[in-house]
Amino acid sequence: MRPALAVPLVVFVVVAIALAVGLGLKPREIPSALIGKPVPTFALEPVQDFGPGLSSENLKGQVAIVNVFASWCVPCRVEHGLWAEVAKLGIPIYGLNYKDTPKNASAWLAQLGNPYSRTGADLGGRVGIDWGVYGVPETFVVDEHGMIQLKFIGPVDRAALDNQILPKVRELQSKAARAAG
Amino acid sequence: MVAELGHFALIVAMVVAAVQATVPLVGAARGADELIAVARPAALIQFLMAGVAFFALMYCFVQSDFSVLTVFQSSHSLKPLLYKVTGVWGNHEGSLLLWILILTGFGAAVAAFGTNLPPTLAARVLAVQAMIGVGFLAFILFTSNPFERVFPVPLEGRGLNPLLQDPGLAIHPPFLYLGYVGFSLAFSFAVAALIEGRVDPAWARWVRPWTLAAWCFLTTGITLGSWWAYYELGWGGFWFWDPVENASFMPWLAGTALLHSAIVVERRDTLKAWTILLAILTFSLSLLGTFIVRSGVLTSVHAFATDPARGLFILGFLVVVIGGSLALFAVRAPALKAGGLFAPISREGALVLNNLLLATACATVLLGTLYPLFLDALTGEKVSVGPPFFNATFGPLMVPLLVAMVVGPLLPWKRGDLRGALERLRFTFLVAASAGVTVYAMATDTSLAAIGGIILATWIILGGLRPLYERVFRGGVAGSAERLRALPRSAIGMAFAHCGIGVIVMGLTVLLTWQVERDQVMRVGDAMNVSGYTIVLRGVQSAAGPNYVAQRANFDVHRTRSEGLGPVLMTLHPEKRSYVDSPQVTTEAAIEPTVMGDLYVVVGDADGTGGYAVRGYFKPFVHWLWFGAALMVAGGVVSLTDRRHRVGAPSARKSRDPGALAGAHPSAAE
Repeated sequence: MRPALAVPLVVFVVVAIALAVGLGLKPREIPSALIGKPVPTFALEPVQDFGPGLSSENLKGQVAIVNVFASWCVPCRVEHGLWAEVAKLGIPIYGLNYKDTPKNASAWLAQLGNPYSRTGADLGGRVGIDWGVYGVPETFVVDEHGMIQLKFIGPVDRAALDNQILPKVRELQSKAARAAG
Repeated sequence: MVAELGHFALIVAMVVAAVQATVPLVGAARGADELIAVARPAALIQFLMAGVAFFALMYCFVQSDFSVLTVFQSSHSLKPLLYKVTGVWGNHEGSLLLWILILTGFGAAVAAFGTNLPPTLAARVLAVQAMIGVGFLAFILFTSNPFERVFPVPLEGRGLNPLLQDPGLAIHPPFLYLGYVGFSLAFSFAVAALIEGRVDPAWARWVRPWTLAAWCFLTTGITLGSWWAYYELGWGGFWFWDPVENASFMPWLAGTALLHSAIVVERRDTLKAWTILLAILTFSLSLLGTFIVRSGVLTSVHAFATDPARGLFILGFLVVVIGGSLALFAVRAPALKAGGLFAPISREGALVLNNLLLATACATVLLGTLYPLFLDALTGEKVSVGPPFFNATFGPLMVPLLVAMVVGPLLPWKRGDLRGALERLRFTFLVAASAGVTVYAMATDTSLAAIGGIILATWIILGGLRPLYERVFRGGVAGSAERLRALPRSAIGMAFAHCGIGVIVMGLTVLLTWQVERDQVMRVGDAMNVSGYTIVLRGVQSAAGPNYVAQRANFDVHRTRSEGLGPVLMTLHPEKRSYVDSPQVTTEAAIEPTVMGDLYVVVGDADGTGGYAVRGYFKPFVHWLWFGAALMVAGGVVSLTDRRHRVGAPSARKSRDPGALAGAHPSAAE
């Protein structure tokens, strides 16, 4: 065996090691840079007839879920039923209505039910941009200091709710209770 | 039910592939004919089963069966039928199934048409092909089952990314995969040859047409992708040096090198180890491309929904396939005996230069693509390597290749006369130089690079035709008609493909130098001047499509005059589409092809006071890019029909036609 013939193999081994390391790096996590940061400052009018409105001040004082939804978004329809259940659990859930028309948004909530204790109509999508929304639906868990603690992209299904979102809410709630008590 | 049938067919295919990957190898090693005989029927059954699975999934898509997770995630009942069908490969699972269908299809083709291959070689080739099959079938069954059910059954699907709802893109992946996967045969032949310890001209004669076919498909696929980016993404770019584009470009570069080095093996029985290595590397780069697209190690606009488990699986597979074959290469390559010797200045020498430059260019692209990953792995720093790096490194590597590609075909085998070849090209050079001078004298806004590009392109186009000219007119005008008819198809194919490169260089040069871009907010009645045309906004309306609503603008196009508007030459209707099932908005540029280039108009957002952001471009010579690529593919196809490939095919026909043998090269296969 001539050593020169093993050069391609050696080069490949180096590349493979880099790829293996690269697998653990996850460049896609960059967009969730908001984790651990305070929510962007905003104040929005409510979706027509589904008030009160939503502002960054409302997100302080308790652990809450913020759900970004729109009437034109079919997956939002899929996950919508779960939010009624969450609301029944007594967890505050707020709806950020992203790039929608007031009429369609209120018709949608009238048809499917309104689980949100507050809604914000982000007509132009400005607030959504500040939140780093790049696909609807998206769901955030915000702690009692108004810090974003979890971001979930895409429709929430039962597994995601039970394994990611609710455990995070409970963890933050007990942390807040300990800090207060 | 249909979905379960498809799932079952995949499991059967995997079992059959596992048998095909082992039994014929044992048979070939022991000389046991009954074990060798397993390979052919196994390859055919594997293909049949993959076909059943593929069409089962297509059925689920066409029926909008949202109980199948893949269908739910990437289809929608309102989608036009064409996109329901093409939606099959618009997602990770389905595209993997398409990949497997093509992989088993190539294996079945060898089983069906490779009847004149030496039996042990055929058995080993099919066994290696089946090993790749086992890997991909395990991947799809264990990490990406396309037939997974979802319960409760959703009423409506999530829809396909609107950017992908386009005829050009719909047929782009199958071509790319035919190219990527086509190189798997070159790989299987290379590994089989390493196991046999023998590479001869007959081997090359088998590998070359398959490689050429794969290369034609890959060229078509890359061109379709580039064309799609040009008309769909809304600013007329056609190449972005995105990691996923690079992933398809690297196998293309290596495959192009392989095509040329296989000629040397076929004609001169030398460069064997290098050709084997290239065959392994070409397919390895195809696999690497798959890894990049599906593992999420690099961010790209093209990436599929990514999953670390999948990434880990493909990485393991890469290590086995590439690492295994390169290790085999390191151990077995010394056994390959070198054949004919040649001087540096010779046809062989020119092809070696071609290979060195293409391989270096390929390595450059690989480095640029993986560099962000290396840096992130070593230092945690995140960078992206963009077009400036590739333009600065890739371009200079291409220039000597482009200059030399005209000279190489004029050199004889073994030992050539460089001065003589250059003297024969004196006329070509004079024409090219005067084309450059003419453009410099007549055009405005020229640059040194533009003049160089014009000279180079003319040199390649004219020089590419020179070998044909010499073959036809070598003995004077008398008899030239017969010689024209008797031209080998491979020579015509080479001329086409080389001229195609020249046409692309010309298109790139003119486009990058003289393209015009205008950008203004227009109200109804406003006019914009673009490169001799005046476009006037006449109105913007809403228009409804099957699953989208569009803002459709109407423009009248006039020839620009010093005063007043001339008659309307044509009307343009760019659109901005919002899809009902996705937040994404797509731009539909209005493109009007003219002789000199494309008039390209895009309408953007309304400013809320009745104005619209409008961008108008004139893209001179942009059609030369597509035409050049089409010429290259046509060259490949013409070359595929060359007599020696036809003669090298079914042996039954040959025995009836002994005259055909006389012109063919002697080979062990016959």
